[in-house]
Amino acid sequence: MIAYIVRRLILALLTIWAISVVTFVIIQLPPGDFVDAYIVQLSASGSVVRFEEAQALRQLYGLDQPVWVQYGKWIIRVVQGDFGASMEWNRPVTEVIGDRLWMTIVISFAAIIITWGIALPIGIYSAVRQYSFADYIFTFVGFVGIAVPNFLLALIIMYFGFKLFDLNIGGLFSSDYQLAPWSWGKVWDLMKHLPLPAVILALAGTAQLIRIMRANLLDELRRPYVTTARARGLVEWRAVMKYPVRAALNPFASTIGYLLPFVVSGSIVISLVLSLPTVGPLLLRALLAQDMFLAGTIVLLLGILTVIGTFISDLILMWIDPRIRAGMHE
Amino acid sequence: MVEPILSVRDLVTYFRPEEGVVRAVDGASFDLHAGRTLGIVGESGCGKSVTARSILRIVERPGRVEGGEILLRRADGRVVDLAKLDDKSQEMRNIRGGAIGYIFQEPMSSLSAFHTVGNQIIEAIRLHRKLTAKEARERAIELLQLVGIPQPQQRVDSYSFELSGGLRQRVMIALALAAEPGILIADEPTTALDVTTQAQILELIRRLQAERHLAVILITHDMGVIAEMADSVAVMYLGKIVESGPVDAIFHAPRHPYTQALLRSIPSVLAAPRSRLATIAGSIPHPYARPPGCPYYPRCHSFMAGVCDKSTPPVNRIDAAHEVRCFLYGAATETAA
Amino acid sequence: MSGAVADQAVPLVTAAEEKIAIASQLQLTWWRLRRHRLAVASGVLVILFYLVAVFADFLAITSPHATNSARSYIPPQTIHWFDEDGSFKPHVYALKGRRDMRTFKLVYAPDPSDKRYLAWFVEGYGYELFGLIATKRHLLGIDRGVPEDALFLLGTDQLGRDVWSRLMLATRTSLTIGLVGVALSLFLGVLLGGISGLYGGAIDTVIQRIIEVLRSIPTIPLWMGLAAALPNDWSVIQVYMAITVIISLIGWTELARVVRGRFLALREEDFVTAAELAGASRLRIIFRHMVPSFMSHIIAAISLALPAMIISETTLSFLGLGLRPPAISWGVLLQDAQDIQALALAPWLLVVAVPVIVVILAFNFLGDGLRDAADPYG
Ligand SMILES: Nc1ncnc2c1ncn2[C@@H]1O[C@H](COP(=O)(O)OP(=O)(O)OP(=O)(O)O)[C@@H](O)[C@H]1O
Ligand SMILES: [Mg+2]
Repeated sequence: MIAYIVRRLILALLTIWAISVVTFVIIQLPPGDFVDAYIVQLSASGSVVRFEEAQALRQLYGLDQPVWVQYGKWIIRVVQGDFGASMEWNRPVTEVIGDRLWMTIVISFAAIIITWGIALPIGIYSAVRQYSFADYIFTFVGFVGIAVPNFLLALIIMYFGFKLFDLNIGGLFSSDYQLAPWSWGKVWDLMKHLPLPAVILALAGTAQLIRIMRANLLDELRRPYVTTARARGLVEWRAVMKYPVRAALNPFASTIGYLLPFVVSGSIVISLVLSLPTVGPLLLRALLAQDMFLAGTIVLLLGILTVIGTFISDLILMWIDPRIRAGMHE
Repeated sequence: MVEPILSVRDLVTYFRPEEGVVRAVDGASFDLHAGRTLGIVGESGCGKSVTARSILRIVERPGRVEGGEILLRRADGRVVDLAKLDDKSQEMRNIRGGAIGYIFQEPMSSLSAFHTVGNQIIEAIRLHRKLTAKEARERAIELLQLVGIPQPQQRVDSYSFELSGGLRQRVMIALALAAEPGILIADEPTTALDVTTQAQILELIRRLQAERHLAVILITHDMGVIAEMADSVAVMYLGKIVESGPVDAIFHAPRHPYTQALLRSIPSVLAAPRSRLATIAGSIPHPYARPPGCPYYPRCHSFMAGVCDKSTPPVNRIDAAHEVRCFLYGAATETAA
Repeated sequence: MSGAVADQAVPLVTAAEEKIAIASQLQLTWWRLRRHRLAVASGVLVILFYLVAVFADFLAITSPHATNSARSYIPPQTIHWFDEDGSFKPHVYALKGRRDMRTFKLVYAPDPSDKRYLAWFVEGYGYELFGLIATKRHLLGIDRGVPEDALFLLGTDQLGRDVWSRLMLATRTSLTIGLVGVALSLFLGVLLGGISGLYGGAIDTVIQRIIEVLRSIPTIPLWMGLAAALPNDWSVIQVYMAITVIISLIGWTELARVVRGRFLALREEDFVTAAELAGASRLRIIFRHMVPSFMSHIIAAISLALPAMIISETTLSFLGLGLRPPAISWGVLLQDAQDIQALALAPWLLVVAVPVIVVILAFNFLGDGLRDAADPYG
């Protein structure tokens, strides 16, 4: 069991490291370096930077050293919580991001809860009543859910909300609360606005999980232990709910490892369409403006949060699987 | 003659997947008497397990019991036809586990990996007996003790994957006997086990049978096991019982060419020392493609063209207990009659 | 043989059985797929879409790049199928544009007195069919005047470009970017998955960990980051290739998983062991025995990977980080429909959503049917 936790932890750290490398690459990719960009910005506002000053800046940030040294310096600063400054906003990156990271987490989390809440019962029903009318309907709706990219779904819903109900469904807060400090009223306001984007975000994942749950359960329903349960006189629905559903729940729970990155990705895109105050719009803007520290930090933080979420779900998975608890296999 | 406790008459169980029809059980008949062991023997795929599951009415879809009778004599003397019962009815559920216990072919996967063995045994007990959780647990531990599991107090809380194959099969037996049924169906209870464990499990079944006066249906493809355990034998081929009779008659005067071939294929009984082990020529036909007439004729060395491939042979009686489905014996019985 | 005179009905059945027994894996898959009607219909639909991609210019009416501010936001036209005398003569009414003096928007009114009859195989803007044959023929046009002035089946966008014609060319771009991406992913997936499944051990572990790492990273922000770094002065083709590479860098993992799984399963199979015992070389085993037996799985995996690629490209371009104008793709077209103001003004711009959804749906049905057919018990 300890070995299992350690293995997962190592994998999580490895992933975070990989993300940090990619992030660093992203920060480095635009032509010229950060000082060039800085100089351009300064000269736009009228001040002139002399060559020596530029060199001094480069030395300060270690830009004259080999790439891997730069990476090392950058990562050390990041670990200390110094993510650099946003060029566009002229403020520390963390300040610019502010609440938005939490909003991303809230909306992703809500989407995952909805995903599971819908996918689990429907998946069970579809498997137990395989090839029934409802199964076909769910399968079809599921396919549509997978086929419609979520930004498109958001666009379509937004259009019809506007056209039919004259509703502007963007945003997560009413205008009264937009800039207000946190209060219970604001939380309640958030709760009211959350379901729609969360459902849009959840749809594709839900469709996928229904299919996974259905396939898993169909698999488990064929196993001898179900027949054993029936052979001792158990009522059918109990024989199904207690044994195969329990068994199918495990691979189902482990899908969070894929679901989480998927949902976080999706939240970025639909935030743009529905103008939600998550990191999504900020990331896009930073990327278009080549504000690389801001963009890099967002990519890094999103990645790390996803990995942490996956790690926690692994622990839960371990806790609910007696085979892993007993140190049997992964 | 005593009335059988279970009498199966012309049982028909078909699977009807989209691709065609699988005639898994196609008119099987046999009797089971209290305190006796009936061995059902046949090659893999001939319908033994489906027969057993038909009795309990737990054939999985697209399979269905489509005809015949399964007459079960209850403890109160009533005779019920299980083939006519609704497979979801309360009565059928009481019979499963309550009147007929079932041990499965695969001890590895017949227990849930997510529940302790105790959990599953207690469930089986409380389904049929009004006991408190605590009493049921005591009873579960007794049962584990009965089937020879060491340290039953601890084992009751283990998971199936923590047990060896032999112990698991013992747990399965405890599970089957949890509600003290009068009939035990053991579907190849030893196939998945090593030789020593096999012997132990068979010994256990024999002991329990004697102690509890159980009627046992022992399904196997091992003629050696039959010789050791059974009182009477039903030889099954492609969904039909081709020959049935007392164990002595089957072993010493087999009539059906298939029975004879089966016996030749076991090393010790009839073969000369150091001769090549005989195998049955040909192989079982594809399940969708059962031959017309006698199902065995394509592999039979006594095949009579124009007879065996034309119509299904009738059941011919050799003596009071010995029956055979083969045209070779038709004329003899007719003249005798 | 006396068997020949047996009952009529029975040998028919047995003939069918024999057919099943000797069919190859691919044939079996094909038979099972044929029963899956939705999948077959989807397959036909996919083929039609690719035909559109091949004949995009031929199907287009006007040059997809031709702008004209005087034709901004023309709504889709109605086609009148019959002439007054009841004869079948499809035509449209020419449009008269006029500026609304209160809103300063251009409004268009059809002019029933000015009929323009649809004509087939007319001359229009020049292009190269299959990239080879220079021609000016287009499927559809009008009998007199230029279609640029009169024929707008799906309306125009803000710059007055014909949405129908742009849609045809966008279909080409979006569908081919999926193909190229899948080809790249397939190469990576088969290579790495194959190595993983064939050699096992430490190499397998390393590749599996790489896949796990890749899969636990949220892809969109990564793609966005990489795509945003593409130099602004790159040509359409360069951007196209770069986007394909970026998308397939992550898309190969699923294919690798499938290939590895098949390799692992097949290693255990009797016929592989038999071939090994018979002394066949490893390469021979792979190509003579293993690859054919999992071709159908690969085909199924591909048809499920393609729509994912298409969604990726569409999403990136929609965000303004993928293909950029003057390139035309579904994502680029949807970008015009990004905000509610544009949508309120020109809801027909959302028509691009239809082919996107239909083709992705069709691919999914097809892929699902193929997967079922390849492995009915898997
Ligand atoms: N779920 C099913 N769907 C279709 N056919 C089935 C199904 N279950 C069993 N069969 C068919 O029924 C026939 C009898 O199977 P059964 O399991 O009873 O054989 P068996 O005699 O128990 O063999 P074994 O010794 O291998 O256990 C086989 O031909 C099998 O293909
Ligand atoms: Mg069996």
